[in-house]
Amino acid sequence: MTRPAPIVTDDNASFWEAARGGKLVAQGCRECGRLRHPPRPMCPECHSIQQETVELAGTGTVYSYAILHHPRNPAFTYPVIAVLVDLDEGVRIVSNLVGVEPADVRIGAPVHVTFETTADDMAVPVFEPDGPPA
Amino acid sequence: MSASLGGSTAIVGIGQTEFSKAAGRSETQLASEAIVAALADAGLTTDDVDGFVSYTIDPVSETELVRALGTPEVRWSSRVPYGGGGSQGVLLHAAAAVAGGAARVVVAYRAIKARSGARFGRAQVSSRATSSHEGSTAGQWCSPFGVLTPASWMALNATRYMHTYGVTSADFGRAVVQLRDYASTNPNAHFYGSPITLDDHQASRWIAEPAIRLFDCCQETDGAVALVITAADRAPDTPTPVIIAAAATAGLFEEEIASNHYRPNLEVMDGSVALAAQLFGAGISRADVDVAMIYDAFSPILLMQLEALGFCGFGEAKDFVADGNLAPAGLLPCNTNGGLIGEGYIHGLNLTVEAVRQLRGTAVNQLDAPHTALVSASRTGVILQRPS
Ligand SMILES: [Zn+2]
Repeated sequence: MTRPAPIVTDDNASFWEAARGGKLVAQGCRECGRLRHPPRPMCPECHSIQQETVELAGTGTVYSYAILHHPRNPAFTYPVIAVLVDLDEGVRIVSNLVGVEPADVRIGAPVHVTFETTADDMAVPVFEPDGPPA
Repeated sequence: MSASLGGSTAIVGIGQTEFSKAAGRSETQLASEAIVAALADAGLTTDDVDGFVSYTIDPVSETELVRALGTPEVRWSSRVPYGGGGSQGVLLHAAAAVAGGAARVVVAYRAIKARSGARFGRAQVSSRATSSHEGSTAGQWCSPFGVLTPASWMALNATRYMHTYGVTSADFGRAVVQLRDYASTNPNAHFYGSPITLDDHQASRWIAEPAIRLFDCCQETDGAVALVITAADRAPDTPTPVIIAAAATAGLFEEEIASNHYRPNLEVMDGSVALAAQLFGAGISRADVDVAMIYDAFSPILLMQLEALGFCGFGEAKDFVADGNLAPAGLLPCNTNGGLIGEGYIHGLNLTVEAVRQLRGTAVNQLDAPHTALVSASRTGVILQRPS
């Protein structure tokens, strides 16, 4: 089964359009420069609505994880490795870790982005460990 | 709630349906039955009610509810977002409405068919960007990654908590064993007559490893509960009032319920730290709390709230629990109905009903004359007191 497509809204479209093109991005405030994720229509720091889409390096570390066993949805392969990744630019993202055995997932492990396609010809950023598995 | 509102209102009636896995009737009927029971308990009738409050996620239409109850005139109504995390917010809304004069008698209710109807625990891909909890962006930022259930959202926080403080699944299990022990003597509990050992807990299957096993999860339940709130100076006319000594909501920047993934330090439930600062800011101390009801959709958040609310230090909840402090003879008897894990999941509002029973002296696992009860649903909470 195919991974379900993300839900695109007025406020998050820039993120998913970039993902479809193989880029991991965050919103940046054009006034004060603050990076933010999840996307939102106004800078919570300075209230500017002028924003830019900032491409990120796609590198970070595992902040936390969960190996999901039950319940199951046929669109995914179990166990699903859910992760929170703290990206090097200072924003956090919910994603998956791929290319690693569940038993080898570690908090603090360095990871980098790759992309997986979804239904509706979209894509989501997922992460794989840097270097060979421990 | 500001200190000036504290103590000015009271819960004067409680009511509920049976809790089951298949109610076999509508949520509107469940709510109506619970509300009529709560009013009878208060010595009041539907003619006395002029206000209603529930959760934004509750499926019962106010229009249909009034039509069933025959309430002559509704002067005030409200809904509280944030799902179960907002559950105690219905008391803050009700107390503020009564204290402010917008309503005289408010019914707070929650009706749910969490098992036979829409189940929270099913792995469904959301079609909504934000969840129907109105407090979470899990639909858009979790669903595409297979992070589909409240257990999976919260496990991400719980794993971080375990990592930071060296907490194990068995540490959560010791709390679950206590909850199941309370439930085993509660005829209304799903797990009535069904206590477990730590080994049983450790043998239950993984839901979200390494934080949440099956026995760490609350029970998806069908049923309804209702509470009647009015002014404290009217309460002496009712049989068994309990004073709302404090009620508060604390929602912090970037905080979500369940899918709370963007606060800097997820090993701390800092919404509950802020909640406690409000609740304990006006003359009532933690040491005054004789019994606590702490929202236990999943066992890790019970331990995390114990710390955030200040009943033990950060990282010390595992020892606090292991030392037996949640038991009847402990420092903080907790979830004496078995909690959401042992009794059932009426989305947190059944914990409030149990707190009232403890203060009245009518709980099945009755403590020795408790005077002050805390109910915490992480970001909303109340302190209730027996009239002195
Ligand atoms: Zn800005």
